[in-house]
Amino acid sequence: METTDGRAAEGGRRQPLRFHVPEPKCRPGSAPDLADIRLPQARLPRPPVDTSSDQLHEYAYGLVRVLGDDHRASGDWDPGLTPDFLRKGLRSMLLTRLYDQRMLRAQRTGKTSFYMQCTGEEAIAVAQAMALEPDDMCFPSYRQQGLLIARGWSLVDMMCQVLNNSGDRMKGRQLPVMYSAKEASFFTISGNLGTQFIQAVGWAMASAYKGDTRLAAAWVGDGTTAEADFHYALTFAAVYRVPVLLNVVNNQWAISSFQGIAGGEVTTFAARAIGYGLPGLRVDGNDFLAVCAATRWAIARARAGFGATVLEFYTYRAAAHSSSDDPSGYRPEGEAALWPLGDPIERLKQHLVAAGEWSEEQHAALTAELTETIKAAGKEAESFGTLGGKASSPRTMFDDVFKELPQHLRRQRQQLGY
Amino acid sequence: MTMIQALNSAMDVMLERDPDVLVFGEDVGYFGGVFRCTAGLQKKYGHTRVFDTPIAEGGIVGAAVGMGAYGLRPVVEIQFADYIYPAMDQLTSEAARLRYRSGGEFTAPITVRTPCGGGIYGGQTHSQSPEAIFTHVCGLKTVMPSNPYDAKGLLIAAIEDDDPVIFFEPKRLYNGPFDGHHDRPVKPWAGHPMGEVPEGYYRIPLGQAAVLRPGAALTLLCYGTMVHVALAAVAESGIDAEVIDLRTLVPLDLDTIEASVRKTGRCVIVHEATRTGGFGAELSAQVQETCFSHLEAPIERITGWDTPYPLAHEWHYFPGPARVGEALKRVMEF
Repeated sequence: METTDGRAAEGGRRQPLRFHVPEPKCRPGSAPDLADIRLPQARLPRPPVDTSSDQLHEYAYGLVRVLGDDHRASGDWDPGLTPDFLRKGLRSMLLTRLYDQRMLRAQRTGKTSFYMQCTGEEAIAVAQAMALEPDDMCFPSYRQQGLLIARGWSLVDMMCQVLNNSGDRMKGRQLPVMYSAKEASFFTISGNLGTQFIQAVGWAMASAYKGDTRLAAAWVGDGTTAEADFHYALTFAAVYRVPVLLNVVNNQWAISSFQGIAGGEVTTFAARAIGYGLPGLRVDGNDFLAVCAATRWAIARARAGFGATVLEFYTYRAAAHSSSDDPSGYRPEGEAALWPLGDPIERLKQHLVAAGEWSEEQHAALTAELTETIKAAGKEAESFGTLGGKASSPRTMFDDVFKELPQHLRRQRQQLGY
Repeated sequence: MTMIQALNSAMDVMLERDPDVLVFGEDVGYFGGVFRCTAGLQKKYGHTRVFDTPIAEGGIVGAAVGMGAYGLRPVVEIQFADYIYPAMDQLTSEAARLRYRSGGEFTAPITVRTPCGGGIYGGQTHSQSPEAIFTHVCGLKTVMPSNPYDAKGLLIAAIEDDDPVIFFEPKRLYNGPFDGHHDRPVKPWAGHPMGEVPEGYYRIPLGQAAVLRPGAALTLLCYGTMVHVALAAVAESGIDAEVIDLRTLVPLDLDTIEASVRKTGRCVIVHEATRTGGFGAELSAQVQETCFSHLEAPIERITGWDTPYPLAHEWHYFPGPARVGEALKRVMEF
């Protein structure tokens, strides 16, 4: 029925409404097609760190890149890293990938129950760990094992956690990959998504309250941005001008859901920052130099008292979500290989080669060396036991619920026979 | 002191003693809290120690967990216990589990203060007693004082405790004891022995019940506002009941409960919260398991009904002295 007022002129006849459910362009069975992914070609300048957030909106929609298709560094964001720094980054990324491969194999051979790789996302954790100070506090999700590796944390210690053996400092209480390493300023990982985002903000509020110099940094995936804690974190970070880095690793997939389901269909995750009055930078997550440069910018901004930055790292989850997942059930095969931002390890390697600071021979030698390193660590870790063997005493199950064992837990422990 | 003043005093004492204590929540800063519990604290300690937050319970508790991991002792307020649910994930999955899941590396020495309970025409969302939701979560301590003296001593103990504590404050008791006789004039705390509160530091250990009225005929387990209802019902019934104020629900003072029921052989449990899955069920089970051979009557629970808290039917819902008195008689006559 036509309305008689101005509404008719605006909307015309009232049509049945339509319910929109975002769908990825390609599904299994069809050829992957990433042609829609537009990579902004314009190189945005590196703004001064005291730029007010309302002057930075274009950074939330652009893409901070340093490495070009020719593998050369260019533009204002070039962090000017030394070849030694870059080789160190390459080494940590490679070690992270080899570690993942080894632990996935451990899962496949029944030595652990579960594993999660970060294949294709190594540059983010590694470059950010190298940009942060060792005592800046990291609040990771389950896919930032590169932070620990770049910080030189013991591979054996990590493996013992994954194997749930007697060497596991968490005493076999946690699902594999839920590391905790206070000495490495690496916060205990939770299975509950997003909780760490607001906790990092609280930690950084504490650091600011104490007049400390340490920053906090937190990571969530694209899917987790839909959780309430993401909103809490950005709100509190903006309100109290908190020295924290809020990183969104947009790897396009939350298990089987493409990032459109998380709210990324018509906008970017970095753009979320705009509504909160925070700067949001969208960064090529497979460009080690860009990740480092953007992180350094956010760090400098936080240290200078200008508060938080939201960093969206644009990348691709090349592997399965976890050892329990099979991506062939929801996305076309071969999509990762077509990802326009390539592979982070390969790109940094080619950059060093192009600069005359690396060679195929050196790369092969490094790969061989790190393979041996992982193998030796794996053997040592497995000497503490694997799944189902040499676990810690069931008596320890009752410890650490509280600081001291209360009466009811003492009784329950006795009922179990300990 | 009133309970409000006692709680204010506890925070004042701890802010003074420990620079790592922070107080924050909705309206707790400049304004001093919707119940005045934090009045004057921001002026005394500055706006970086006592401050207002956005309306985001999950954010308040999440930030507190992060601060606790840093090493501070945040004391946060959730304006009404009825509004604690947006923070459930942070409380149950994070605060309660930090120490355990990290093998003791990270802890959450936080205190979450929240006004609870009914009897104030608060309707559905200003009257709830959700303590059982938290007693079910391993890793959380749960406290509910019934008077100003305990409120201050327990709150200081909670703030000093290295485990996360949910501190329920029966808002019906903020200004005076309330025995459920809503048709009688409201009594103030002035003149009540538990309204005598020392100015300085003292603490009441968590996990210790108080035997408020020794008795031989029956054990009455209660906490919060129901303590006063129970005492009134006992006085009116003439039954020599032993009234125990649990004060802390987790960890529970099992020894005091067991010793009492073994002595009396009868047990009545009273709480405001709804019945099914309420904390009374746990108390009843504990008593049944540990005192079975001493029991001379079934254990009775007098609780709120299994309905949302109504407004118009406040006094049909609230377990008043008449309902408690009938239960006492039934148990004695069994």
